[in-house]
Amino acid sequence: MRNRKSMAYRVFALVMVVILAILFTFPLYWIITGSFKTGKQINSTTPVWWPTEWTLKNYEKLMSKFKAPLWELPVPFSQYFTEDGSLTIASTGPTVPAAIRWLLNTVWMAVASMLLTCLTAALAGYALAKKRFVGRTVVFTLIVCAMALPKQVILIPLIREMSSLKLYNTMSAVVYPIVGWPFGVFLMKQFAEGIPGEMMEAARIDGASELKTFTAIAYPMIKPGVGALAIFTFISSWNDYFMQLIMLSSTKNLTISLGIANMQAENSTDFGLIMAGAAFAAVPIIIVFVIFQKYFTKGITMGAVKG
Amino acid sequence: MGKSTGMSRALVRRETIAGYLFLLPSLFFFVTFVVYPMFMCIFTSFFDSNMGKNAVDTFIGFGNYKELLQDKVFLGALKNTLIIVVVSVPTVCAFSLWVASAITDMKPALTSAFRVIFYLPVVTGSVAVTVVWKWMYNNYYGIFNYLFKSAGIIEKNINWLGDAKYALWCIILILFTTSVGQPIVLYVSALGNVDHSLVEAAEVDGATRTQVFWKIKWAQIMPTTLYILIITTINSFQCFALIQLLTSGGPNHSTDTIMYYIYYTAFKLYRYGYGNAMGVVLMIIIAVLSAIQFKLGQTSD
Repeated sequence: MRNRKSMAYRVFALVMVVILAILFTFPLYWIITGSFKTGKQINSTTPVWWPTEWTLKNYEKLMSKFKAPLWELPVPFSQYFTEDGSLTIASTGPTVPAAIRWLLNTVWMAVASMLLTCLTAALAGYALAKKRFVGRTVVFTLIVCAMALPKQVILIPLIREMSSLKLYNTMSAVVYPIVGWPFGVFLMKQFAEGIPGEMMEAARIDGASELKTFTAIAYPMIKPGVGALAIFTFISSWNDYFMQLIMLSSTKNLTISLGIANMQAENSTDFGLIMAGAAFAAVPIIIVFVIFQKYFTKGITMGAVKG
Repeated sequence: MGKSTGMSRALVRRETIAGYLFLLPSLFFFVTFVVYPMFMCIFTSFFDSNMGKNAVDTFIGFGNYKELLQDKVFLGALKNTLIIVVVSVPTVCAFSLWVASAITDMKPALTSAFRVIFYLPVVTGSVAVTVVWKWMYNNYYGIFNYLFKSAGIIEKNINWLGDAKYALWCIILILFTTSVGQPIVLYVSALGNVDHSLVEAAEVDGATRTQVFWKIKWAQIMPTTLYILIITTINSFQCFALIQLLTSGGPNHSTDTIMYYIYYTAFKLYRYGYGNAMGVVLMIIIAVLSAIQFKLGQTSD
């Protein structure tokens, strides 16, 4: 009797979850199919559930609307020597559709955030977990408190700080606050707690230097954690629209999210074009997510406070 | 350092120096781009601070805070933010717990597939998600009006985002779909870690599914629930992208949230001190709420 009831519940749960899953995937489905629809199908009052006629027009429009040089390599620190604080450009790439430049900017921004975060957080997390030093509890408490605060409230002081450092409207202004956010340190500390003390003791007796102990013993053990943090930082910085919005302004410097947001502000009813842009922004990061989702899941679950 | 009594003084010194060297790069970014701005946020909230090359900050004490209490737009934004939090936090928690417990019983491949699906709206990114919802809510070409009209629920097209009666709820719905991904992942992992011998013992004793859940599993996943409550609260308070892209706080400030109003004050009104005062208020509210949730979670343990 009990078994039959439990069976019925299982079937009900499965059906419900499948329906919900369909509803949750629908917006993405609508973006992708919408990006291939003709204007007539887009602006039809009866929704066209599956495109009857496929077109690349929306993508052509996306590629031709704005142009930008593929890259502009600035002379490092040159903004501190010019009068108006602008960068001196050393090399300029060929002119390409701006969407491609935006995508490249986003990749660069996400990779830089990822590398810097992993490097600094791995070192700091290891120190907090394994080093017994004066002031350790103070630093750790500060980190936990900062994590519990909404990071967006510091937007005004952050903008002023970036403009006085002459970093406003550069990718660094987006990257540095992401690196400074202490979630990564917290996550790496969780992983580094698992390093056995005897191994470190043995290394010390062998006379290994501190750096050597880190690279030879600690790093291999926290490597899965670094992988989790890397993919987590990559995806969350890619989608950190708020930071990008307040720090970047010129057309060339935009990220793909910002570019699409600006485009939708200017052509708010051209849904075909906007969907093409949305697909262009979302598909690459979804592919990255699906490939690395195992590490990603690990990162989220390890980051949760235990007990 | 009570714990270090077994360690020699030279060793303590070595550990301290090494510890700080390892911390240095991270602390540099943390102090410069998180701690310092947070301090400045509190500091400038006591000043009348504006934009411009020669603008001088004048100390006005609690002037900004006094003004906040009389600012109708701010109070409206505060009310909207609280509505969002009060509605979305419990629904997100309950929904993700239900989905997670339904999918943990399935085959591992199926569990992981569903986990990916419910996480998709988060990965898709706020801009892409928002623009497609904007289309779905559209007065003329949106599917919502079509579906509701075909089902006979409404007779005339509704301008969902342009009508103060519906706009905030439309935003809460999108926020919901982008908020459940992480809680589901956390709950799936927490439910997987529940002590199986306890569950089996209870089943042998003839406990029903519901009893097993509330009597055994619920207590064991309490720390996860607490964590989810806190992060969902913080996320709901920070709700910004949806507002900025969909309604810009309109119609007539009916969808302003504190976060959006801070942005508006900084970028449209250039009143930095005033915006920072709002930021401080937001920080205090979140700190108090997190502390309450933490206390409640500990006592029910």
